[in-house]
Amino acid sequence: MSKTMKTMAIAGAMTAALAAHTNMASAEGAKEKCFGVAMAGQNDCKAGAGTTCAGTSTVDYQGNAWSLVDEGTCAEIDLPDMADGTPRMGSLEELDRDLPS
Amino acid sequence: MSLTQTRFHDALLTGAQLAPDGLSDGQGRPAGRRFDVYRNNVAVSLTEALEQGFPAVRNLIGPDRFKSMAGRFLRQHPPETPMIMHYGAAFPAFLEAAEPLAHIGYLGDVARLEQAQREAYHAADATPVDAAALSALPPDDLVRSLVRFAPALRLIRSAWPVLAIWRYATEPGTPKPAAIAQDVLITRPDFDPELTDLPQGGASFVTALMNNSTLSAALDTALSDAPDFDLQNMLGLLLQRQAIAAITPSE
Repeated sequence: MSKTMKTMAIAGAMTAALAAHTNMASAEGAKEKCFGVAMAGQNDCKAGAGTTCAGTSTVDYQGNAWSLVDEGTCAEIDLPDMADGTPRMGSLEELDRDLPS
Repeated sequence: MSLTQTRFHDALLTGAQLAPDGLSDGQGRPAGRRFDVYRNNVAVSLTEALEQGFPAVRNLIGPDRFKSMAGRFLRQHPPETPMIMHYGAAFPAFLEAAEPLAHIGYLGDVARLEQAQREAYHAADATPVDAAALSALPPDDLVRSLVRFAPALRLIRSAWPVLAIWRYATEPGTPKPAAIAQDVLITRPDFDPELTDLPQGGASFVTALMNNSTLSAALDTALSDAPDFDLQNMLGLLLQRQAIAAITPSE
C-alpha cells in the first residue's frame, strides 16, 4: 500500500467510524446516577469488594444509594412523601435522608 | 518484650494459636482470645473481598475450594494498599501456580478478566475525545497520531475462550464455550465495565497504540497479524465505548 493510499484509508476509516458514532450517540439515551429513589436492595452498580454495590441498600429510597435512570428524569421520579409530609425527591448528589440507622 | 507493628501484623496473618507477647487489654491482662477475633476478622473480610471480586473463579472451582485457596492466598499476599477494592492483583498468578488447580488451565485468565473489570470500574473518569475536533484533523496528521486511551481501558489476551468461560460461569443458561482463543477489551462507557470479544488483529492494534505506536504503525501491526483487519470497525468500537481520551499528532 502506498503512503498516500494508506493515509486515505486511515482517514476514511476514521471519518466513517465518527459518522456512525455520532448517529449512535444521538439515538442512545444518556443515563444519570439518581440518589434516593431505589427500594431497599434494588440499587444499581456492580463492582468488586469494598464498594457500595448493587443490591446493598437496606432501606427504601436510601439517600446514599443510586439507580441509573434516563438523563433528566431523576428529580421527576414519583416518590411517596416523607413521614413528616415533606416531598421526597431524587437527587444527582448523595442525600443524607433515609440512611440505614 | 515490646510489641512492634510488624509482630502484630505477622501474628494476624499466621494461623498460630497465640496472640503476640506484650499485647494486653486495658487492665494489663494478656490479650489472649480477644486477639483471635481480630485475626479472624482480617481473614474473613479478605476472603469475602476475593469472593466478591472473583465470582466466576468461585463458581468454576466451587465455594469450598475457593475459600481454602483464598485462605492460603491472603496469608501469602496480604493487601499492599489500604484500599480493599484493589485487593487481588496477585490472585490470578497465584491460582495458576497452585498445584491442585493445575488441570484448570484457563483459571488464571478468567481471574485476570475479573480483576481487570474491577480495575476498570475504579479507574479515573475521562472525557472522551471530541468527535468534531477529530474530524477536523488533516489526514496527514491523523496517520502520525498517537492515541491516549481512557484510564479504564484494559485488554486481556488469552489462548482460551476466556470471555465465553466467564459468561458460562456467571450467567446461567449460557452455552458451553467453544475451543477458541479470545482477546477481550474492557471499557467503561458509562458506569459499568463492558466486555468485548475482539476480532483478529484488534488486540495487536490496541497493544501497539498502548505502546505509543502511531495509528499508521499500529495498523501495520494489526494487518500483519490479521490481513483482513477492519480498521473502521475497530475505531468505531473504541469511539462508541468512549475508550479514546485523546488523539494527537506525534512530533
